[in-house]
Amino acid sequence: MTSIHVENLVKDFSVRKGIVRRKFRAVDNVSFDLLPGRTIALVGESGSGKSTIARILARLDSPTSGTIAATLDDGATVPNRLYRRHVQMVFQDPFASLNPFHSIEHHIARPLSIHRVTKGSAATASRVLEMLDRVNLEPPEEFAQRRPHELSGGQRQRVAIARALAPGAGVVIADEPVSMLDVSIRLGVLNLLGRLQREDNLAVLYITHDLATARHFSDEILVLYKGRVVERGPSDDVILDPHHDYTRLLALAAPDPEKLGKVVSSEAAPDRSTLDNTVCFNHFTGEWEESEARVPA
Amino acid sequence: MTDTLANIHVETDRRTVLSVRDISVVYEVDQPVEAVKHASFDLGEGEVLGLAGESGCGKTTLAYAINRLHRPPARISTGSVIFADRDAGDIDLLELGDEDMRSFRWSKLSMVFQGAMNALNPVISIRAQLEDVLTTHRPGLSRGERRQRAADALARVGVDPERLNAYPHEFSGGMRQRVMIAMAMILEPQVMIMDEPTTALDVVVQRDILREILRLRDELGFAVIFITHDLPLLLEVSDRIAVMLQGEIVELERADTLYRHAQHPYTRKLLGSFPSLSGSRGAFIRTGIDDPEEEL
Amino acid sequence: MTNLRQSTVREKADSTKQMALAIGSAKPPRRSALRMMLPTLTPWLVVGLVLIVGITLFGVLGPLFVMDPTTIRDIGLRGPSSEHILGTTQTGQDVFAQLAYATRGSLEIGLIVGVLATIFSALFGILGTYIGGFADETFSLISNVFLVIPGLPLVIVISGFVPPAARGLWTIAVVLAITSWAGAARVLRAQTLSIRSRDYVAASRVAGERAWRVIAVEILPNLLPVLASQFVFAVIAAILGEAGLSFLGLGASNSSTLGTMLFYAQNGFALPLGAWWWFVPPGLIIALFGMGLSLVNFSIDEIINPKLKNVRLHRKRARAVARRLRAGKDDR
Repeated sequence: MTSIHVENLVKDFSVRKGIVRRKFRAVDNVSFDLLPGRTIALVGESGSGKSTIARILARLDSPTSGTIAATLDDGATVPNRLYRRHVQMVFQDPFASLNPFHSIEHHIARPLSIHRVTKGSAATASRVLEMLDRVNLEPPEEFAQRRPHELSGGQRQRVAIARALAPGAGVVIADEPVSMLDVSIRLGVLNLLGRLQREDNLAVLYITHDLATARHFSDEILVLYKGRVVERGPSDDVILDPHHDYTRLLALAAPDPEKLGKVVSSEAAPDRSTLDNTVCFNHFTGEWEESEARVPA
Repeated sequence: MTDTLANIHVETDRRTVLSVRDISVVYEVDQPVEAVKHASFDLGEGEVLGLAGESGCGKTTLAYAINRLHRPPARISTGSVIFADRDAGDIDLLELGDEDMRSFRWSKLSMVFQGAMNALNPVISIRAQLEDVLTTHRPGLSRGERRQRAADALARVGVDPERLNAYPHEFSGGMRQRVMIAMAMILEPQVMIMDEPTTALDVVVQRDILREILRLRDELGFAVIFITHDLPLLLEVSDRIAVMLQGEIVELERADTLYRHAQHPYTRKLLGSFPSLSGSRGAFIRTGIDDPEEEL
Repeated sequence: MTNLRQSTVREKADSTKQMALAIGSAKPPRRSALRMMLPTLTPWLVVGLVLIVGITLFGVLGPLFVMDPTTIRDIGLRGPSSEHILGTTQTGQDVFAQLAYATRGSLEIGLIVGVLATIFSALFGILGTYIGGFADETFSLISNVFLVIPGLPLVIVISGFVPPAARGLWTIAVVLAITSWAGAARVLRAQTLSIRSRDYVAASRVAGERAWRVIAVEILPNLLPVLASQFVFAVIAAILGEAGLSFLGLGASNSSTLGTMLFYAQNGFALPLGAWWWFVPPGLIIALFGMGLSLVNFSIDEIINPKLKNVRLHRKRARAVARRLRAGKDDR
């Protein structure tokens, strides 16, 4: 199976303010390992850099510095041209990630033929049906012929998952895969992803702003704030025993039915202005670490 | 369907300010669709009534119908909406003339939409937009008074009145949403309808704004109809909660009762859809049972 | 174990379907992707199509049946008669025959320019934009330069510069095409920018799709209505532009178009002499063809912007409901 090792990832964007171009660091010195069968959650608010990391891993953007290495079980590096076969992505908005012009079959068949997973159109067609069946779109024959606008949001996201897994990917990057779906459907889609992960021993990067699903769905959580990791560790430790003020702030903001009617009585929320993103609490070592700023080479 | 079921408590224990009875909205398309079916509820003074439901359940249609902002092909086919004014007594909103309705709308009953922060005019300053509401609805005010009230309204929602002359693009999304709330509150309405007012915002900002709304409710005593798909959030902010499914209110209960003793299977399902942050993992996630039944 | 799970899942799916049926959620009839791209048949569209098809047939088939338009007779400037349906010119040539050939000539120009201008605009508007960066800046600069060049004066200069002997149909067509694509390219650029940033384009890149396939298979189909509308517009502009050039005597040499007809009518003092049969028919054909194309364009607009369609449908439904309510009242 495939693993991904991310080291010291940095991404700068240049923003134009008037006529002056300024550099804006979206991702600063982020490192983690995605291993088969394990899920890492990247948690943070919008602008924290979590989606940028997803896009860099999916090779939609290139990093300013740092390395991303995909390796197989025997330690061999996945060659560049095979990278896309191994690393796939599920997008946030299921209404935007499927081309309204094409049938469901087209969406799943294309990755199969691009990577020559199946030979001949008959083999491809039967593989498409198999994939639809795996994501519980029944009956697959009928769904294959439909077009995106005839599907509900949850069904579309299932198609997107099938497309990601079609070429036999070992790593799936799920960028807020359920945040655009109705709440009653969310768990179904997450559970589907969980089941496929176990069946195929996938490495999953789960990107979300929802602490509750991050905790229950992932093994490890990285909390991002302004491009830097401010807290990392096993999911239960990070959520139940948050050390960094930003993690506490997020946890306080997450809706919790147990807090019935207590929204006003703001339990001494940490002050946003004093948040410091240069330190990171690592639950694995149980210590605070300085996250030094890297100057790109 | 409209029989008073055990889990639907239409009446409020406060003085009723808005009374919606048996209202139905039909979309007159090729095969007419009943988007809201015989919905009834009372809204008490200073009460927060949560309206929960998923996309397409008719919650927004209901909100629009109450305010008579629905557009053809939508049509109110049955029902009544009575507004019990603090000063003027009962007003039947569905019988009101168009001109009266217009003046009624913002001054007694105002609305904040989901994308409201993008509804601000980008080329007009915040002050001009706030004062515009006053010129229209309170023509008697002098310039100084208008200015003062606009500043007060901003201060109330936690925006520095110094920024009165700023333009919308100089504000962040959360700030703009606050400005919209200020605008909705500037005439001190008795009822505010908020349709997903914080959905487009970050969790932390969302929390701040909710807190602000509830504080203002205590201060000014208006009632709120709070519409969202986010049930845990509703449980925190609402006094009572109505759950809508396919155009029908299937459960209407006090928030704590609803949370602990939900009657309707759909309510229970909605409650079960949210993994608890601090509670145990529960059986529903990572068990490998994924259930396609939910996708109707 | 797996079988068991699957069968329960199937049962559930079935019950779901039954529930959906019971609720009565009428599924829309399946429509293919291309069918979705076609406009709805409205009365205006029908009128437009009839005009276009009629004039095109006249231009294509007409010349096969009429007499030689160049034959000079000694019955100059006669009004319509049974022998000459639309009368004769100053030199006794049959106007109807000329009209048939001229329509064919104008349609040829329109078609050639339409195709060329669409290709240019697609090249500059879509390709450059998709590649992005330097290519986009360059292509965008070129289209902006062409956009501000005043079209007709340039055409006049170029046409005047090329000696009449070398001024064939294609020369005129190319000149018209290169002055008319820039506006369309800008619209396409905006559309492509918006489509390029959609998730499904990113998704096909993640899937490993090659750039040309992303453009041809993922982006282009969604631009078809825009391209169609621009093609139609380019054809109208070309026919009018060519007519203008020919009227000024700068058209293609030894060609016969509606513009040249008007040019000769003007030179033959048709207007002062009251020979309406000489200048009204070509003018009318230009006007009607332009009108037909515009009507078709309105229908295409509805595909590009479905809101327009909804406005029309809602108006129709509101009328129907009002009628029904009125009928109900009358019954009482």
